[in-house]
Amino acid sequence: MTDFEPRIVAFLCNWCTYTASDLAGTSRIQYPPNVRIIRLMCSGQLDPIYVAKAVLEGADGVLIGGCHPGDCHYQSGNYKARRRVAIIHQVLEQLGFDPDRVWLRWISASEGQYFADTVTEMVAALKEKGPSPFRRQWSV
Amino acid sequence: MDGWLEVHDSTEQTINRLLETLLTSGVVDGLLVPLRTPDGRNAVPTLVRDPALLERAAPLAPVLPVNGATVLGRITATGAPGRVGAVLRNCELRTAVELSKVQQVLLDDVLLIGMDCLGAYGVEDYARLVEEGLDAVTPALMAAREGGVEPLPGYAFRPACTMCERPIPGVGESYAPHIAIGLLGVPNDERLWVSLRDEELGEALGLEPAEEPAGRIEAVRALVAARTAERDRRFAAFHERVHDASSLLAEFATCILCQNCMRVCPICYCKECIFRTDVFDHPSARYWDWAARKGGVRLPSDTLLFHVTRMLHMAHACVGCGMCSDACPSGIPVADIFRTVGRAVQARFGYVPGRDPAEEMVIATFREDELRELGER
Ligand code: SF4
Ligand code: SF4
Repeated sequence: MTDFEPRIVAFLCNWCTYTASDLAGTSRIQYPPNVRIIRLMCSGQLDPIYVAKAVLEGADGVLIGGCHPGDCHYQSGNYKARRRVAIIHQVLEQLGFDPDRVWLRWISASEGQYFADTVTEMVAALKEKGPSPFRRQWSV
Repeated sequence: MDGWLEVHDSTEQTINRLLETLLTSGVVDGLLVPLRTPDGRNAVPTLVRDPALLERAAPLAPVLPVNGATVLGRITATGAPGRVGAVLRNCELRTAVELSKVQQVLLDDVLLIGMDCLGAYGVEDYARLVEEGLDAVTPALMAAREGGVEPLPGYAFRPACTMCERPIPGVGESYAPHIAIGLLGVPNDERLWVSLRDEELGEALGLEPAEEPAGRIEAVRALVAARTAERDRRFAAFHERVHDASSLLAEFATCILCQNCMRVCPICYCKECIFRTDVFDHPSARYWDWAARKGGVRLPSDTLLFHVTRMLHMAHACVGCGMCSDACPSGIPVADIFRTVGRAVQARFGYVPGRDPAEEMVIATFREDELRELGER
């Protein structure tokens, strides 16, 4: 599985992690091109259905990026996102799907390097795990 | 206040007389109680205002055609003009507690009346046993005196009932109703064990105060233990069956996506569910893209998405009422699945659906100092 390139769907908060990804780009920080970014106004805006959709469509990983605790632009969106991610992890695990394919990371707007490092780390971890078991499932 | 209520005539008539007293004395202005349908083959929740109708009341009929909390919502959520006494099974009672947290039931206007649940049959089975001229209530009460809860020979309870570890109102982290009527482990042909929230009501009902008998405590304990064991057996069986993508797909292979499970689920209360919109009516070309990527695409698409999303949205509050399994035309054990998943989610948050209306639903709140392991490297 050496030529396996994981596909990551990233849901990033406009005020922090999305800006960090932008910063990584403009600062020419290298990171793997495996991530498809979807910008949200807040991590708390993420309905778990989008994560489920990505997972069932065969995304190898899902990254959710929000502001550090206490820093949410809308006060508490990231705390709500954190609960939802805990629920997502529990549900996926019960269904026999590796919950560690869904990552939550707090990455502030100035942490371009940390964003790049996170993507690099996640790509490496997913290469270890191999392709999502849903990648080739046509009967979902 | 706890005590004995003397049985006159029959157990059911005694309960019906209690209900009548509540209505005629003005403690409540209406009663939500199962009435036998005119043909007798079903017992359906009915909002009763005329005491004469209580002649048809069947509070002990072992059938559950709808989760009573759903209909309790209909008659309270937008403001009840009076107080309703709601006769509910304990799964329905726990559902009412959950729905009150999201303003789908207003408990302010409700006098909750619970009863030991001696199990229920599917609607079809119940109709059949009535057609066969069988009496389901008398043998159930007889068995309950000795602490037994068994279906009639040749019949089976709804699967959800066999794994229900909270059949007794107020017991095992379930919310205590205003009136709880005990049938299990007591001589229910002579007297009923009644627990009340408010003393005054005890006088009005002619209750004789007493200590809870040891035989009842033991019978309740034994029933809960047996049900818990069956629940855990079903949880284990689910994990045995479902452990990866292929086996998960197999679990739902026969799903026809009728969405019955969602329609009858009392916790799925949203009026504008995304699955009833055109969000999943994709442009034709999209299906061709998916088919190109995966080799093919099952149609209608998004069957598993429907179920997994429902789990993500509501399993934290699944009360295990089993309406979903009853409604599934394909015999998929939906309640087993949702209870298994729900238990894991609930455990993570120390949440027990139906425990206390003062608690907030898992997704309605958060704590700053929780789940610290998430979000950090
Ligand atoms: S998922 Fe099934 S068992 Fe759970 S609350 Fe809904 S109908 Fe009841
Ligand atoms: S009721 Fe059964 S067949 Fe219908 S959508 Fe639910 S699981 Fe599928």
